[in-house]
Amino acid sequence: MVYKREDGRKLTQTRDMEAKVGIIPNAIGSAMFRIGKTIAYATVYGPRELYPRFLQDPSKGILRCNYNMMPFASSGERSRPGPNRRAKEISLITEKALAPVIDLSKFPNAVVDVFVELPQCDAGSRCAGICAASMALADAGIAMKDLVAAVAVGRVEDQILVDLNYIEDSYEGGTDLPLAIIPSTGQITLLQMDGVMTKEQLKKAFDLATVTCKQIYEIQKAALKNKFGVQAQ
Amino acid sequence: MKNHIIKLLNQGIRLDGRKLEEFRQPLTVEKGSFPQAEGSARVKIGNTDVIVGIKLETMVPYPDQPGQGSIMVGAELLPMASPDFESGPPSTDSIELARVVDRGIRESGALDFKKLCITEGEKVWMITIDIVPVNADGNLFDAASLGAIAALQDVKFPVIDDNGKIDYKHKTNKGLPLNKVPIEVTVYKIGKDFLIDPSRDEEKFVDARLTIATLEDGTVSAFQKGGNDALTQEEIFNAIDIAVAKGKELRKLL
Amino acid sequence: MTQGILVKPKEVVVPGEILASGLDNLPGYGTYRNGENIHAGMLGLTSVEGRTIKLIPLAGKYIPKQGDVILAKVFDVTFSGWRAEINSAYSAMLSLKEGTTDFVERGADLTKYYTFEDYIVARITNVTSQNLVDLTMRGPGLRKLHEGRIISITSCKVPRVIGKKGSMVSMIKKATDCQITVGQNGWIWLAGKDASKEAIAEKTIKLIESKAHTSGLTEKVKNFLEKETGIKLEVEESE
Repeated sequence: MVYKREDGRKLTQTRDMEAKVGIIPNAIGSAMFRIGKTIAYATVYGPRELYPRFLQDPSKGILRCNYNMMPFASSGERSRPGPNRRAKEISLITEKALAPVIDLSKFPNAVVDVFVELPQCDAGSRCAGICAASMALADAGIAMKDLVAAVAVGRVEDQILVDLNYIEDSYEGGTDLPLAIIPSTGQITLLQMDGVMTKEQLKKAFDLATVTCKQIYEIQKAALKNKFGVQAQ
Repeated sequence: MKNHIIKLLNQGIRLDGRKLEEFRQPLTVEKGSFPQAEGSARVKIGNTDVIVGIKLETMVPYPDQPGQGSIMVGAELLPMASPDFESGPPSTDSIELARVVDRGIRESGALDFKKLCITEGEKVWMITIDIVPVNADGNLFDAASLGAIAALQDVKFPVIDDNGKIDYKHKTNKGLPLNKVPIEVTVYKIGKDFLIDPSRDEEKFVDARLTIATLEDGTVSAFQKGGNDALTQEEIFNAIDIAVAKGKELRKLL
Repeated sequence: MTQGILVKPKEVVVPGEILASGLDNLPGYGTYRNGENIHAGMLGLTSVEGRTIKLIPLAGKYIPKQGDVILAKVFDVTFSGWRAEINSAYSAMLSLKEGTTDFVERGADLTKYYTFEDYIVARITNVTSQNLVDLTMRGPGLRKLHEGRIISITSCKVPRVIGKKGSMVSMIKKATDCQITVGQNGWIWLAGKDASKEAIAEKTIKLIESKAHTSGLTEKVKNFLEKETGIKLEVEESE
């Protein structure tokens, strides 16, 4: 019995996506990225002076990311406000996903703060956060080689599929692989996996993620240009 | 700079050309902005943008109120919303915001807590209202409290089985009707002038503020005074008049 | 793949976008070469100069430059001078010597010259490799600001607010009867006798900021000002 997605999507099809840039005027750069019901806001403040002093790097600025779910964001119970272990880990991998494209050499001793906040989570939140964060960094005028796009691929039974929803994410015996990719080079900046995959399955998953991330890049690009009243081709 | 703002106020006008008792536009209230939560709303006043989300849980009722549920109001001033907000434990500002919004709802008679009872003495609903400013450009009190009322009006109870297990993925059609609609309006004093709805730039120079909750019939249901300056009785009663009139304006948007 | 420059001038491009292909072109400011292609290295507006393709930034905090005249906000008074914010990643230092020509006694109260929250028009005399910034108040037009309001725009839009030979800011001054001092760091001082005209001047500057990347800006601004103030304006130079 071949696994069929309960929401009717094809294996290679993501949920509906939407992106907007410049939505939070107080921030230097900001963006919203939605995939299905998952909505991520990202705001950028900085470069600004970094305190405490001992964190400063005299050779370049540092990137500091903070991921947080709003208390009412979960599809289940309310989550207590404040940092938890999962959020701390996601904050770290978000920063690592973005670091390879960012150039902060002109800002020694300074920090660029990225805040990823989710008002609604329905699977795929860390990837949505990275998509929003990279748009927000571009919107902030930060020097970047490229944007970063991210999506979760995975395996349910023996089907390789993209953008796992909540059911697929928690499927017994399945695999969840969040991936972030630099669109122009195909290099991978975020790679995590929960579950078991053969090499062939991995290759299929990586290829599927690469194709999808290129689609996401087009949406991110259009959102950035749209802020200036430009319709992308 | 403060002298300049006061000079303008003496001319009856603000930095952005508004009159002293004018709300910024656009002023919008959107209900159900985040449908996954049990209730939600989003209020925008000018560039101030506040999300309010409501989650429902069950709990054992307090021994002195065995047939009544409860509410709790929280607020987070996240760094996303302003360069002035820092990460970390709740600041006194965020605590004051939460408690002022709470004060405007709890004692007003808006909610019938008995309607939150599931099984007397055993299980009742607890409503948690979480306020999250997304862009803080002044006057968070009014935006947050309006959002809280709108979110309460948006609430739909989730399905709950006989064992008391909540199925958050499915909602019933049952809502939470409000007996009264309290609206909080904050009146701010700069120098000798009173105004409403300051922007972040104006708020820096506020000497005193008075948040007043009023009901449809013009009765007052909550007060909170802030700021370092004192107020005369006359000033307070003038502020109440403003709050009633402006409250009517806001109530129409719900 | 087609060779040469692949984008039009004054096009909005995002990081990673391919701007030119082949080895004939040179990567200018804000761009970089990766193999055959030149890519955008930031959110910017394309500009072609001969064989070089570069980007004009559309966003970003002010990067202090020696010689720039800026607005600064005093936030600290020390024994040897004052420290000020300059809308940048770094703060700036105004030494006693550069702050006043008076002879100041040791331990004197420096707040009588400049104190907390004062705004000043200053010039950057030096920026070190670690981005420490030195200011001076000695020079024409450099002064403490009184009255008026301060508005903040993205520093890369400042040239559009000033206009060719100051034509844009002059037009706003004339139409709204306001004094305007534009800092290179994106902070702008505005003071008028009429509060509603001041508000119009601020709206106009914000309009320029949002449309800085478009053409026909002078015309748009002229129409906006005429509509808001009812005053007929003459445009000296079109951009």
